[in-house]
Amino acid sequence: MISITSIINIALRALRANAMRSFLAILGIIIGVGAVVTMIAIGSGASEKISKQISSIGSNLILVLPGATTQGGIRMGHGTQQTLTMADAEAIGRECSAVMAVAPAITGTAQVVFGNQNWATAIIGTTPEMVTVREWELLWGRFINEQDVRSGTKVAVIGQTVAEKLFGEVDPLGKIIRIKKIPFEVIGVLDKKGQSLTGQDQDDIIYVPITTAQRTLFGQTLPGRVRLIYVKASSLESIPQATEQIRTLLRQRHRIGPNQEDDFTVMDLTQMLKAAEESTKTMSILLGAIASVSLLVGGIGIMNIMLVSVTERTREIGIRMAVGAKPKDIRMQFLIESVFLTTIGGVFGLLLGIGASLAVSSLMDWPVSISLFSAIIAFGFSAFVGVFFGFYPAYKASNLNPIEALRYE
Amino acid sequence: MSLIELENIVKVYKFGEFEIRVLDNITVKIEKGEFVCIMGPSGSGKSTFMNIIGCLDTPTSGKYYLDGVDVSTFSLDQLAEIRNKKIGFVFQQFNLLPRATALENVELPLIYAGISAKKRKELALHILSKVGLSDRANHYPRQLSGGQQQRVAIARALVNSPSIILADEPTGNLDSKSSLEIMEIFKKLNEEQGFTTIIVTHEPDIAAFGKRQIRFLDGKIVCDSKVCPVDEKL
Ligand SMILES: Nc1ncnc2c1ncn2[C@@H]1O[C@H](COP(=O)(O)OP(=O)(O)O)[C@@H](O)[C@H]1O
Ligand SMILES: [Mg+2]
Repeated sequence: MISITSIINIALRALRANAMRSFLAILGIIIGVGAVVTMIAIGSGASEKISKQISSIGSNLILVLPGATTQGGIRMGHGTQQTLTMADAEAIGRECSAVMAVAPAITGTAQVVFGNQNWATAIIGTTPEMVTVREWELLWGRFINEQDVRSGTKVAVIGQTVAEKLFGEVDPLGKIIRIKKIPFEVIGVLDKKGQSLTGQDQDDIIYVPITTAQRTLFGQTLPGRVRLIYVKASSLESIPQATEQIRTLLRQRHRIGPNQEDDFTVMDLTQMLKAAEESTKTMSILLGAIASVSLLVGGIGIMNIMLVSVTERTREIGIRMAVGAKPKDIRMQFLIESVFLTTIGGVFGLLLGIGASLAVSSLMDWPVSISLFSAIIAFGFSAFVGVFFGFYPAYKASNLNPIEALRYE
Repeated sequence: MSLIELENIVKVYKFGEFEIRVLDNITVKIEKGEFVCIMGPSGSGKSTFMNIIGCLDTPTSGKYYLDGVDVSTFSLDQLAEIRNKKIGFVFQQFNLLPRATALENVELPLIYAGISAKKRKELALHILSKVGLSDRANHYPRQLSGGQQQRVAIARALVNSPSIILADEPTGNLDSKSSLEIMEIFKKLNEEQGFTTIIVTHEPDIAAFGKRQIRFLDGKIVCDSKVCPVDEKL
């Protein structure tokens, strides 16, 4: 039995003897693998971004907004904008079994001042459940508690962006900031969440007790009315049930007749994001498939080169057979040559793909993700292409008649 | 039992309805240690005969016993193994690999015999010294004269210690001086080490090296004796 190292040596020597041609054949594979890796990186970067957003908004999140939904989207409801109340929020928490936590919110924007720094940001009045619903982590200090809500204390929990803009290096805990000129004590700093699906900075935010917001900051608001209600369903599976329970409950509470439209909207954000995630996944598979075409073309290039090589080396094959090479030895020699070409192409293609992905990421500000998976795919694919497109030429070589091969000029 | 026994060997090439009998019912025995020269005009079937003995080709019909074993029914792999172990071929065109050194060319049969790199080199160098080319081991064929190339080819034929050396017009591309040198090598190998040697040649002075001569004409053996008379027709 001929040893594998001998066969590899023979193959390497042949490739070196035709360096330029080998390089061109490899180039096709490099481009093919590079394209596949880049496309997978772009596609999975997009779906990873969405996955991150799903976890950053908080899992199993349902939003209840005032106003009806029509097929065209959200339309503000009947005369009054503010159909949701604190009592609605409490009722949802109390009566809907599929709901885990509820946090009503009053929102607004305001100028915030600390020392000589000032910053315009989103102010949200809410209850302690907000940390659970949105899955916020606290970096320092504490969140608003029941006591704060009951007494309407002037305390604030700030997001990372606000902390940066107002305090810089200074420790914000215990400092007094002025929101609409009213002094608030900073009691906590939230951990970073990053961008939302719509590109908003989720860390540019200040939470205050909902009661304080109603009484002190946004005084014009009708008492007891809230801007929106955040709901967390107890699990992913129970989201549809929770949605249904909320609708039924609110229709009852708002006394909406059977033929009347809802005066509120229940939005299942998780579901929306999941759908978006699915479609980006599909897109990335599609991109990969399109890129595979170039790998296929590269493979055909390899086959072409190998066929030329077999013809050119007919006499060599004859000589080898005359001294005792079996058909399978010859077949192996050419197969290894072609697999070697494609795997080299795979390695450099992977590097090209990584380079191209990073370029796309920095030039077009697109998130890319290069995974071990795509590296394995690149390798496996290129080796497979080598075997697949090398097989016919190798078979042809091994099938030569030794006498005719020796006579070949 | 003879080393080589051919029984009613026929080789036919068909061209549609028309066929040529390249070998026509050849029956011949060659003993171990013989030195045979094959003669005959061009196209008489000498090379075909050699290729069949060398297991590069298979007969259309008839039996070929090599060392008492019927190889006419052997598979391609089995034939390759016989070529590797029992046969050493020397060709008119030398048939060396142009991109391999003399040493690597000589090693070639050993690669397919599965012998380790170290052992291969050892054996190949030893054989090269026997054909007087120790100092040319790392030369490429194009850096060698015709006679030297043919000596490399002989070394390659010998390296795996075959039982038969087959040389098809080994001096056909050489000047008369190199031709005689090559023939001396074959003669020495035969006399000193007992290699069974079969050589095809056109030239009477080369054929004179043979202790037995076989003359072919139109696919038939027309003379098989110690010395065949020179055919006036040629
Ligand atoms: N593959 C082949 N196909 C058809 N005819 C062949 C083939 N090989 C040899 N021949 C024919 O067989 C005859 C004998 O050839 P060969 O054995 O080479 O003769 P020699 O070596 O005596 O010159 C020639 O007429 C040649 O044309
Ligand atoms: Mg001939």
